Amino acid sequence: MADKIYGIMAEFDTPTQLVDAANRVREAGFKKTDAFSPFPLHEIDEALGIKRSILPYMIFASGITGLLGGLGLVYFVHVIDYPIIVGGRPHFSLPAFIPPMYELTILFSAAMAVFGMLFLNGLPAPYHPVFNVPRFALATREKFFLLIEAKDELYDYEKTRAFMEGLGGQEVFDVPE
Amino acid sequence: MQDNQDLEKKLLPPMVEGDHSFASVTDKISDVTLKKRTPFHWFIGFGIAFMVAQLLMVSVVWLLANGIGIWGNNQPVGWAFDIINFVWWIGIGHAGTLISAILLLLNQKWRTSINRFAEAMTLFAVACAAMFPLLHTGRPWLAAYWLFPYPNTMGIWPQFRSPLIWDVFAVSTYATVSALFWYVGLIPDFATLRDRAKNKYFRFAYAALSWGWRGSARHWHRYEITYLILAGLSTPLVLSVHSIVSFDFSVSQLPGWHATIFPPYFVAGAVFAGFAMVLILCIPLRHWYRMQDFITHQHLVYMAKVMLATGLIVCYGYAMEAFFGWYSASQYEVFMVKNRIWEGPYWWSYWLLIICNGLSIQLLWFERFRNSEFWLFVISLVVSVGMWLERFVIIVTSLHRDFLPSSWAMYSPQVWDWSMFIGTMGLFFTLIYLFVRFVPIISIFEVRTLLPEANVHGHHQDFEENVVMVEETYDRTDPPNH
Repeated sequence: MADKIYGIMAEFDTPTQLVDAANRVREAGFKKTDAFSPFPLHEIDEALGIKRSILPYMIFASGITGLLGGLGLVYFVHVIDYPIIVGGRPHFSLPAFIPPMYELTILFSAAMAVFGMLFLNGLPAPYHPVFNVPRFALATREKFFLLIEAKDELYDYEKTRAFMEGLGGQEVFDVPE
Repeated sequence: MQDNQDLEKKLLPPMVEGDHSFASVTDKISDVTLKKRTPFHWFIGFGIAFMVAQLLMVSVVWLLANGIGIWGNNQPVGWAFDIINFVWWIGIGHAGTLISAILLLLNQKWRTSINRFAEAMTLFAVACAAMFPLLHTGRPWLAAYWLFPYPNTMGIWPQFRSPLIWDVFAVSTYATVSALFWYVGLIPDFATLRDRAKNKYFRFAYAALSWGWRGSARHWHRYEITYLILAGLSTPLVLSVHSIVSFDFSVSQLPGWHATIFPPYFVAGAVFAGFAMVLILCIPLRHWYRMQDFITHQHLVYMAKVMLATGLIVCYGYAMEAFFGWYSASQYEVFMVKNRIWEGPYWWSYWLLIICNGLSIQLLWFERFRNSEFWLFVISLVVSVGMWLERFVIIVTSLHRDFLPSSWAMYSPQVWDWSMFIGTMGLFFTLIYLFVRFVPIISIFEVRTLLPEANVHGHHQDFEENVVMVEETYDRTDPPNH
């Protein structure tokens, strides 16, 4: 292993084993860790100490932007730029303006929900060191993986690898950079 | 104990049948796209659908060359096939959003194996729907400034007090959000296909589509937030879309259209028609691709029940429409109701509608019909016809008798009306066939979560598992190491 190492990875068969191992990794004090699973596991957030994302606040802010943007649009069009009486209603006829404002609120929120998620996740990411482990292709099929990055303060190749081997996984891999 | 298990099985039937593991679920669903030879019936079905789609192309070219005079609609029936077909298609789409969003929020696990293609159906149905109002403008490239608020050299803007502009906003938002929801659901499955594809071009394509998804716990954490919030946003969205479609009618002053019951009645009708289409698609699909383990018999029964419930709401809508016409004591309303139901020349369409939407679904009260795929398929086809007739009745019978008897006229669709309608069906099924061939038809990662081994034991479990845990703990001599 002359190459630089990105981290050490262990493979598990079941989600229960993964969560147990993740708990022990967190208790041992490792911070730069990650887990990989073929479907979302709620228990892993707690086990790895993942904090709640700020994404919902971003979505809320985006929704408010859509709402105010919609209000601004109809106000500009019907009150400022081209005021014209239609159907005997006032220039600023809010009840009739609600549908477009409502739809823009949802449009902006949904766009932030998706693109905000991708942005915070750092996607698209065509390359990532974990893909260098051939067995990792199974992470999208049936296997569970736990990773400790070499950047972690407690990282020491020999000790960390021995620790990972003691977690009861199937196999432990070095992840080349 | 045995009785309890039987009862539990009856009340909470398993949503995945057969002996499956994470790997077998993944292989079974992804092999349809990756490994299996494209079946012969796919080519036949795709070929027919693609040919019918050419009819749409010809119709559109002829329409743009000649203008909308080639259609049968003219005063007083200024709106006919274009709006009937628009409402019909967009209604079909609504079941997809109901399955993917509302059933997710209600924690209905059975949605999981049907949501993917129901969402695809939504997307394709909205694409077909959008074509009609756009082409009804006759010159769609000029229509941009009527529809979208952008600063143009003429200095004019769309009229935001008009339900037609609300409709533009509602439908374009709906199309965008449905596409986003569908694509977000697909990202982890595209990653699965990327990792399993042998062909390097396919691998490259799926890698690009998956955006480098690697299943990291932090990614899943945000992903789940996004998925849940999208469901929460889609729910009011889907209700608003068909409410706004109904405003196109109910905000006007026309007898037969000007009714407060329209929004809920339209939304229920949309879900009704949509579930019929989901059944029409999934009954053959589960056989052709042997997906009976995932789209179980129970799924069909649940969908039949939703169809029955929404169908009854729609029937209530028919009854209320007639009641309000009478109760309004307005001679125009009373005339409209009488004319629609028995005095007018289109009485047959009303009664056909009642037979298709009101009577046929009564069969679903009986277990024998709910359990029969053949009958479910037939009833769904009948309901699809019925929902199309509903829009025909609402639109044509309200318009053909104007306030002035001198303007009365009959409407009959012309060849180009039919060719365009049938052509959009060709487009819809072409897209469905392409989807079935290149995209996993069932959400693989969500089906994995339905398997019993997806549960994590010993950390965060429900009551029953807790009891077992406690019992196990007492049995052991050494303390558990959790």
